[in-house]
Amino acid sequence: MSRPLYDRPILARHQTGLMNKFSRVASMQPQTHIDGVPVQTLTEAYGSPLFVFSEKTMVARYRELRDAFARRFSKVRVTWSYKTNYLDAICKVFHREGAWAEVVSEFEWEKARHNGVPGERIHLNGPLKTEATLRRVLPEGTLIHVDNFDELALLERLADELHLTPKVAVRVNMSVGSLTAWSRFGFNLESGQAMTAANRILAGKRLELVGLHCHLGTFILDPDSYREQAAKLAGLANELRRAHGAILSFIDIGGGFASHSKLKAQYLPGEQATPGFDRYAAACAEGMAALDYPAGQEPTIVLESGRALVDDAGTLISTVIANKRMPDGQRGLVIDAGVNVLFTSFWYDHDVVPAQPFGGISEPTVMYGPLCMNIDVVRDTIQFPPMRTGEQVVFRNVGAYNVTQWMQFITYRPAVVIIGADGRHGIIRKREQLETLLASEEVPSWL
Amino acid sequence: MQRLRDLAISDSGFVFDPFSGATYTVNGTAQVLLDGLKRGLDRDGLVALLRERFECSTEDLPRDIDDLVQSLRMFGLVPGGFEVRG
Repeated sequence: MSRPLYDRPILARHQTGLMNKFSRVASMQPQTHIDGVPVQTLTEAYGSPLFVFSEKTMVARYRELRDAFARRFSKVRVTWSYKTNYLDAICKVFHREGAWAEVVSEFEWEKARHNGVPGERIHLNGPLKTEATLRRVLPEGTLIHVDNFDELALLERLADELHLTPKVAVRVNMSVGSLTAWSRFGFNLESGQAMTAANRILAGKRLELVGLHCHLGTFILDPDSYREQAAKLAGLANELRRAHGAILSFIDIGGGFASHSKLKAQYLPGEQATPGFDRYAAACAEGMAALDYPAGQEPTIVLESGRALVDDAGTLISTVIANKRMPDGQRGLVIDAGVNVLFTSFWYDHDVVPAQPFGGISEPTVMYGPLCMNIDVVRDTIQFPPMRTGEQVVFRNVGAYNVTQWMQFITYRPAVVIIGADGRHGIIRKREQLETLLASEEVPSWL
Repeated sequence: MQRLRDLAISDSGFVFDPFSGATYTVNGTAQVLLDGLKRGLDRDGLVALLRERFECSTEDLPRDIDDLVQSLRMFGLVPGGFEVRG
């Protein structure tokens, strides 16, 4: 009779306490393939760690969002939020689907132009709009979302100097339900500041007021927030129509829709807690019903989505470097991807599973990255099965913000690949190497 | 070591500690090692026991034994200063 295969010894203490209403933890399943491509094939071809994006998922999410709003509004514009992930290949997937660009810096504007987006199909947002930036983008017809009165004055001066009538939107901040107001951006609604800014634009006639914009916040799990937001924006638009006869061409409800990740403070997992796009769209439509506009002149509803479109399409593959026993009894798993590449570990409990079939008893595990920093924890306590060095784990729903907020720190940033709808895969950002970094360094002659 | 000897271990790997009332689950490897530790085997004896009972390849068996012993110390199932001989 053959002997059983050796497995590392595990002694797992049973935790006692009140059972939650969901009973036991859902059983973990390995993820051996991504869109039909074996994980092992990908790491053999491109190394580890490795970000992998699914074109199929990106397209599906985009169409789901667009259709949810198109069922309720006659005119809808989806703009791709560049800061979420501005790799060219990712942007091109969304632009091919029809997305305009939403950018918050001259760099992102250059990226959008580089990706073939016409200047007049770019919404320039955010607090950083220098005179040099505006001089560059205004002649191209870029839509400017005005953030403050200094910027407004600058735009008026440039309009005179350049003999242009820039198209602008007033960015509005407001209180909605129990959400923390993002009051640092734009003009406040409740204090009357937003109305003052709009009045100035409409009365001055040097700028053309074409829209209103409000971005409520990020990862908003309650669709009702958008009902209130839409109703308040509609109210402001009605006031402007009554006062000036102004008919706006768009109302931008911003972004903030949640992905299927799970915030650290969140109780339910993403698949249960995250509202579908239909619920956001329905709430927005109910709020926007307050708009009193002539038939046929309804404004375009603009969405500035990023996270909700790309987060679920991104996966990070990482390799186990070592197992450790921690003083508190937990198993420590050292992997080759840390917070330097998985920046979102700071606010999400990422959904992570083994990339190969597994057996044995799961035990409380903490996952550490490769950095010599105590903060480098990519996943704190999770029941996780035994892993051998060299085996791989897969972090799911990591497509948003990581490949823009990642850091070149201690080690090189990894490669990024995309899997096409037909199963082809290819690199969209090379793994960094020494030459990548040295290319922007200089050593003065006296050294 | 009395507390270790008093552990009730079922064939399916369910462990009951009558001293504290705590319960544990062990896999087959840990079950064999607990048996060896109860019998007072040293490190070489435990390694030989594992090789006899399991299909082992390149695993670092002494390291795994130490890892289990650390867990036993942490749960108070062996005295704080306990080390495997050898």
